[in-house]
Amino acid sequence: MSLTGLAKLPVLMRFALIGAAAVIMPLMLAACGSEPPPAPAATAAPAASAASQPASPPTAAESDTIKVGILHSLSGTMSISETAVHDAELLAIEEINASGGVMGKQIEVVIEDGASDWPTFAEKARKLLQEDEVSVVFGGWTSASRKAMLPVFEANNGLLFYPVQYEGLETSPNIFYTGATTNQQIVPAIEYLLQEGKTKFYLLGSDYVFPRTSNLIINKQLAAVGIEAVGEEYTPLGHTEYSTVITKIKAADPDVVFNTLNGDSNVAFFKQLKDAGITAEELPTISVSVAEEEITGIGAENIAGHLVAWNYFQTTDTPENVKFVSAFKSKYGENRVTDDPIEAGYFGVYLWKAAVEKAGSTDVAAVKEAAKGIQFAAPGGMVTIHNENQHVSKTVRIGTVRDDGQIDEIWNSGSPVVPDPYLDSYEWAAGLRELAQ
Amino acid sequence: MEVWALQLFNGLSLSSILLLIALGLALSFGLMNVINLAHGEFIMIGAYTTYALQQAALSFTGDPQSGVTFLIAIPVSFVVAGAAGYVVENALIRFLYRRPLDTLLATWGVGLFLQQLARSIFGAPNVQVVAPPWLGSALTVTSDLVLPIKRVFILALVTACIGGLYWYMYRSSEGRRMRGVMQNREMAASLGVSTRRVDSFTFALGSGLAGIAGCALTLIGPIGPSLGTFYVVDAFIVVILGGLGQVPGTILAALIIGMLNTMLEFGTTAVVGKVLVFAMVILFLQWRPAGLMRAKGR
Repeated sequence: MSLTGLAKLPVLMRFALIGAAAVIMPLMLAACGSEPPPAPAATAAPAASAASQPASPPTAAESDTIKVGILHSLSGTMSISETAVHDAELLAIEEINASGGVMGKQIEVVIEDGASDWPTFAEKARKLLQEDEVSVVFGGWTSASRKAMLPVFEANNGLLFYPVQYEGLETSPNIFYTGATTNQQIVPAIEYLLQEGKTKFYLLGSDYVFPRTSNLIINKQLAAVGIEAVGEEYTPLGHTEYSTVITKIKAADPDVVFNTLNGDSNVAFFKQLKDAGITAEELPTISVSVAEEEITGIGAENIAGHLVAWNYFQTTDTPENVKFVSAFKSKYGENRVTDDPIEAGYFGVYLWKAAVEKAGSTDVAAVKEAAKGIQFAAPGGMVTIHNENQHVSKTVRIGTVRDDGQIDEIWNSGSPVVPDPYLDSYEWAAGLRELAQ
Repeated sequence: MEVWALQLFNGLSLSSILLLIALGLALSFGLMNVINLAHGEFIMIGAYTTYALQQAALSFTGDPQSGVTFLIAIPVSFVVAGAAGYVVENALIRFLYRRPLDTLLATWGVGLFLQQLARSIFGAPNVQVVAPPWLGSALTVTSDLVLPIKRVFILALVTACIGGLYWYMYRSSEGRRMRGVMQNREMAASLGVSTRRVDSFTFALGSGLAGIAGCALTLIGPIGPSLGTFYVVDAFIVVILGGLGQVPGTILAALIIGMLNTMLEFGTTAVVGKVLVFAMVILFLQWRPAGLMRAKGR
């Protein structure tokens, strides 16, 4: 170290600030947090295709395998959530191959790593479509990654199955949305809370597109019944200090906190809420981004008694789910859990298989046409692809977190809810479609 | 009134957390001019050490909540993170002392490497450390003024760390050598101090303090491979505002930022509060580039 000269210290500080900024920028910009950008994306060896690559890329017609892509973050912050979805999709493909494949052809998987970095998602999607010429890609988690991939799939006429609940207001002709849109999660959750007699809502979310759009919708929905939220607060992604927010919540004295925090912030929020001596009985919260997988990291004892809204729980009582959970655990380990996005990733593969077999080809236009109205008995109940918007009908469920981290269902919609990404069927939501365009 | 008392406590608590994560950096960056972007990953190592210890205790005794495990985890985290820092310093950073900008890139790489290593060993999802029961309660002063014991504990832990660091730097012969090298490297070297050895130990000490921070943060925050990225920026801001080479400056800066952030966040929102604090720090550094306290050169 030769830098003893004082004059040089401010320069050094400037470097450090640049370094610090380089770390914080992606954190602030990216949805669901991020880490320092482009980590070299690793290409995992495809499980099914193993080592041998055919000399020339065969077209779908003459080859005896069908190539599909899986594109999730296997490194970086988002790997926390996405790795499990990737696992579930591989499980579905393995099951399909074991039972004879798609149209008698084995599925060959090409796995790419989105690395929690949205431009990487776009780049890898392009690689999968143009170089590997895959028939379909299963992938994405954050809205930011989906929005980065969307133009690539539209320009190359590819097919993407996107497995996560999101903020709605989107229908790409090249994307199938197997997670919930707002009228299958957030809107019914608010309806449920209103029925329960809650009138004072506190909206807490991470500061990016999903929570902000969700709360915009919630505010409209509440206004329709003459209610104004008692508080609305956003924290930066990756925020870990919630003492002041908790003081504000206490001061506003709400009946319920509607929680759209994402990622690791949930851990800090629930730990600190419990430490502040606030119990779920005194002040229940309802979360839309906290599933069984996240509960493991939060610690069941910190969140027990609070509510969550999803379409599927590991405890959902269907014969398909018993089979799914035991298959998942026997492949990946007894201590692994399943949850909503994992299930949506899993049944997305089966929906695609059904559509391809009905179409008799992997041609994108043919598959899209065949997919209309396709049904599948998923672990969470029957799912049906919508004729126009390419979302799926699915049952809405609300549950309470148990002491062991599993979720007890306390309410469900009875039958699958038809997806309505622009909320056209709700009077109070008039104008949302225009807002989105 | 009670709300303000609570906010005052929250501010103090945030200051103590900021100080805890910045103290190690005050040594490696403040005293050695190494722009250590892997500082957050040493915090992460401390957190995972605590987790691993708890898992080990769980398999031996079957009781994850044993309060003793957590107390043992504090020194163990210090040693493990310190050892990791010692290795990194010897294997990489010592070749870069004449190129401070390169330490930025190299330590960034080390950080990414450590994150992926944690992911490979412990898996990508967050893990959980069960807090000992004696830390789980809250100190009820009045019905509106409830102080979480965990935060009081962290305050005490930081105080102990500062005490320990003061003793080391100003009362031990090792610390005297360290201060000598930091003030005038050539002179210290010519007087027979092994600057190589001092550098290694200073960096290891800074990493060890990060390990303690990681252990304490398991009480209130998430524990995952990328947890370091949540704290490293705050740590840099505190050290830079405090002034390089000044541990007292770091303490003062943590207090100011913690209090300011808490009060501003209460008056505005979490996002605006943070932006305002950053803006104030930048303005202050325009006025006094060397930070709150100036290092004396000899």
